[in-house]
Amino acid sequence: MSNFDDLYREIILDHYRSPRNRGELAPPAHRTEGFNPLCGDEIVVHVLVENGVLTDIKLTGQGCSISQASSSLMSAAVKGRPLAEVHQRIATFKELMTADPTLHGEGEAPADADLRRLGELAALTGVVKFPVRIKCASLAWNTLDQALEELSD
Amino acid sequence: MTSFNAQRVRGDIPLMDRVINGHPITYLDSGASSLTPRTVIEAMDRYYQNHHANVHRGVYQTANEATAIYEGARESAAGFVNAPGGSQEIVFTKNATEAFNLLARSWGVANLGAGDVVLLSEMEHHANIVPWFQLRESHGIEVRFIPVGDDFRLDLSGLEGLMRGVKLVSVTGMSNVLGTINPIRELANTAHAHGALIAVDGAQSVPHLPTDVVALDVDFLAFSAHKMLGPTGLGILWAREELLRAMPPFLGGGGMISDVSVTGFTPARGPSKFEAGTPPIAETAGFAAAVRYLEGLGMSNIAAYESGLCADALTRLALEFEGRVRVIGPADTFERGGVISLDVEGVHPHDVAQVLDQFGVCVRPGHHCAKPLMKRFGVAATARVSYGPYSTLADTDALLEALAHAVKMFA
Repeated sequence: MSNFDDLYREIILDHYRSPRNRGELAPPAHRTEGFNPLCGDEIVVHVLVENGVLTDIKLTGQGCSISQASSSLMSAAVKGRPLAEVHQRIATFKELMTADPTLHGEGEAPADADLRRLGELAALTGVVKFPVRIKCASLAWNTLDQALEELSD
Repeated sequence: MTSFNAQRVRGDIPLMDRVINGHPITYLDSGASSLTPRTVIEAMDRYYQNHHANVHRGVYQTANEATAIYEGARESAAGFVNAPGGSQEIVFTKNATEAFNLLARSWGVANLGAGDVVLLSEMEHHANIVPWFQLRESHGIEVRFIPVGDDFRLDLSGLEGLMRGVKLVSVTGMSNVLGTINPIRELANTAHAHGALIAVDGAQSVPHLPTDVVALDVDFLAFSAHKMLGPTGLGILWAREELLRAMPPFLGGGGMISDVSVTGFTPARGPSKFEAGTPPIAETAGFAAAVRYLEGLGMSNIAAYESGLCADALTRLALEFEGRVRVIGPADTFERGGVISLDVEGVHPHDVAQVLDQFGVCVRPGHHCAKPLMKRFGVAATARVSYGPYSTLADTDALLEALAHAVKMFA
């Protein structure tokens, strides 16, 4: 698979065309905005946390296919999960974005064990080869991270 | 378009030989930075090989040569924009952005106080907005904006009303997003009639149009070497000599003084007053070569040629994409340069640019440091195509072919 096809995998385009968990949540859900000052993309994360579980999440905003797909994939990956698991997934995502693509060789996929751990999020591995797009993919995750931090304050 | 030989210009540019993702490079990002002809690279190379020394200090041969190169570039800049007072009106800065900061920090602080107004336009680059907002915070000035109409041109119908309290009008010669060329002479007349001065952001206009500060009757002009076939790291502020003479220094240090003692300092006379520290010397050698090269091509020829490229692209975009691609900018080439901002239905500018890169086509996605303008037209970003004197119709062919792929891929 070329780097380009790896970036725009079918699952990415699918989440872009049909984003999951789009919309808003009314209070007591928490609302946090995120911006990418480089490209003007913005995202609004609404999260509802009850008894240590992220029971619901909705997203609005505008951005490129990578940022929109990443936020859609994220919402599916964290909805209904205990907070400890949500934090773990955020950490896994961040690890994915800082992974050195050269470790796996040009065009090669990461080890199978890594991919299984990531689930659907593995579709985002192609982003790492496009440093500029890492910011696009990270916007939703950083905003969710911030939302959870605000909630714990 | 026939009298202008863009193929020859391409031949002068080493980077044109690059192959990107298996395609010959199609460079359509001259609005961000222009490509560099061999003569410019060679001038900088020659400087380091034969003449390198610090300027204005030594008495030895190479130091004199370096100084002559540096001061010679000042002459080149003065001639290029027809500075009436010659090279003593040319200040070298790091870039056009620093030129605006110099203007705000030096002229602005000395001449503006609480309630004084600086009048900008809605189509300004952040470089001509933020320094004035900073002055608003530190000195209580007011910043006002000339609106942009639905025709993507300045709406001057309320200009007289906007002029109350204005001490400086500061506007772009040509929008880096819309391509719109502004009526600078008309604005200068209005500014002067109200006792105000006028500054022009020439970052986009100077590289693509003939510029004559006397004919435009302006007071300040900022522009940038790397957008006019020159090297990065060098900007130019032109100001009328009497204005420069009265302006206090900007940055302090070596090179900008005539005397320093333990009790104080006396600033240097002339443009040196604003050039603290060792300046970019090799870059001025490259810049002078770029000016010579552009003068050889002829700025009127460049303007006419690029206008032709723009007209062709606007027509073909409308024909081949039938409303799926919206141009954020004037639909015809009247008072318009070769900058075309695209809003592609259903495809984010980042994705447009990423797909185009796959075909070796270089365009710029983003807000282009003009967020108030983006907001004005209800977009977060655009994919911007911008031409240079080395661009050809074949570049537009490659663009449109790649654009069709982008539209198909995200449909």
